[in-house]
Amino acid sequence: MGPLQTSRLALRALLRNKLRSFLTALGIIIGVAAVIAMVAIGEGARSQVEETFAAMGTNLLIVMPGSNSSGGARGGFGTQPTLTWDDLKAIQTEASLVSGAAPTLRMNGQVQSDEQNWGTSIQGTTPNYFEIRRWPTTLGSPMSDSDLDSGAKVMWLGATVAEKLFGPGSDPLGQAVRVKGVPFVVAGVLAKKGQSPMGQDYDDTVFIPSSTFKARLSPGLGNFLSGVIFVQVRTGEDTARAQRQVTSLLRDRHRLGQGAEDDFSIRNLAEVASAQQQGADTLSALLASIAAVSLLVGGIGIMNIMLVSVTERTREIGIRMAVGATPGQILAQFLVEALVLAIVGGLVGVGLGLFAAQQLSVQFGWPLLVRADIVALATGFSGLVGVGFGLYPALKASRMDPITALRFE
Amino acid sequence: MTAVVALEGITRVFSLGDVDVHALRGVSLSVERGEFVAVMGSSGSGKSTLMNVVGCLDRPTAGRYLLDGVDVSKQSRAQLARTRNKTIGFVFQSFNLLARTSALENVELPLLYSGVGTKERKARATAALQRVGLGERLDHLPNQLSGGQQQRVAIARALVTKPSLLLADEPTGALDTKTSEEVMTLLTGLEDITVVLVTHEHDVAAWAQRVVTLRDGKILSDKQQTPFRLDPKRQEA
Repeated sequence: MGPLQTSRLALRALLRNKLRSFLTALGIIIGVAAVIAMVAIGEGARSQVEETFAAMGTNLLIVMPGSNSSGGARGGFGTQPTLTWDDLKAIQTEASLVSGAAPTLRMNGQVQSDEQNWGTSIQGTTPNYFEIRRWPTTLGSPMSDSDLDSGAKVMWLGATVAEKLFGPGSDPLGQAVRVKGVPFVVAGVLAKKGQSPMGQDYDDTVFIPSSTFKARLSPGLGNFLSGVIFVQVRTGEDTARAQRQVTSLLRDRHRLGQGAEDDFSIRNLAEVASAQQQGADTLSALLASIAAVSLLVGGIGIMNIMLVSVTERTREIGIRMAVGATPGQILAQFLVEALVLAIVGGLVGVGLGLFAAQQLSVQFGWPLLVRADIVALATGFSGLVGVGFGLYPALKASRMDPITALRFE
Repeated sequence: MTAVVALEGITRVFSLGDVDVHALRGVSLSVERGEFVAVMGSSGSGKSTLMNVVGCLDRPTAGRYLLDGVDVSKQSRAQLARTRNKTIGFVFQSFNLLARTSALENVELPLLYSGVGTKERKARATAALQRVGLGERLDHLPNQLSGGQQQRVAIARALVTKPSLLLADEPTGALDTKTSEEVMTLLTGLEDITVVLVTHEHDVAAWAQRVVTLRDGKILSDKQQTPFRLDPKRQEA
């Protein structure tokens, strides 16, 4: 008897008990669908996190000035300018693990085109800021050292501001934008960067050279840098060491003795990123393992039904043996029945899982992340479940004594 | 010409816990081709065990069994299955047809296990059913057939492989007198086949040419007789 005959025999036996076969397969259907949908959810969440942190820039430390405490009220970081322009230079030149550092001076204010105005954050910075943040200029040319040296009144617009002032898709290059009455010429528009992990719009900002910022908008306190310093670390693995290096450098420069508190703070974005990443991974693993358990339960369902079926069909087995079915042929018949249940259930489950993943991705606005390897794995595993849990009942059937089986009522 | 069945000193012992039950105590028997032999005996005489051994459903504890000249007493379970498939046809008291399976498919079953192709299987099964007078009921399910008809399907199933030996175990036990006579007429009318019939009814054994009687696991008597046949006139009526 060939495999085709065996399959037909198995299929006919399963169709004789349609409802039972369906309910048995349902366990596998739900299990496989759950694995695929859950892994898709996990992958979606992970990609969301990855995207967010890719936008923020990795290998990034943010050095913020210290807090101002006067009369017992501690003002929080950034209230007291403790960082100097010399600190910036020292970080750039003396910290070996650092590949670049850029200041941002920030103020909130109204920006005005001829037609429109918009309240946004105005940041003064240096050309290498855009390298550190991996933030290209899509329209016009990027900020140059000569812009910085000359204190030119030029401005780069974030995508959101460009749209608010000049309308979507327009070309604002060369147009005038005023800040506090000072006219700037738009020299470029920056690429869209999206949202920060906290949901803040990165593109709702404009940049001008830091020299111009100091000269025209907010002079600051002499040599003090009234903003924060973005520091880029050479490689991702060095972030923590670079953080220690910058800390000790600044402590030296600020002449802080042992036991004295830092008068600045450093945020390590890689740490935040990896924490969130881990969270997403944990979620992913958790969902996948729950789904795997349901697949296992589905397999046990198959075994249960096959055992019942073997007992119920004892007489049938006896008849088949009497007319010449070998133990191997009986084994094959019942094994194939379990396999058909598992594989058909697996395929339906894949369809259902893909559908669920697609619905979820629409719901959450994620990209549709169905991993082909997971689909193959789930289907393969359901087949394996069929063999694994079908084997014992099939062996039981094949080992029956024909005489006893024929007498079974 | 070799005997279809040649039993030499067959014993069969079952161990039930501490007790050994000797169901067969040295049975030697030879059945020639074309013979119609009835095996008789009361319950406990060992006739069921003998029938299981002759039918290759069971193996003797000791002794030699040549079926069609082949020693089957030491065959494995799979080999015995193939032997049953090729050489033996069974007819049981309770018909033993597959439920929810048409007459044709029931008859095809032995051919399925010997790997006969679909077309030939159908043709041979149809021919076998026609031979037992059920050519019109190929698609009927067992529960749509009378007891006599079901037993005919079973006989067709036993004949479809053209076995050397047909083993009938109380084939009329579940049938009324008239149907029993019909079935016995059918069985005795078969040509080119050796039949071993196990029964405890003298009326049924009367149809055989030879009656072997068992008692306590041994052959008590082995006699030739003139087989009983229905009066053709009565049959027509």
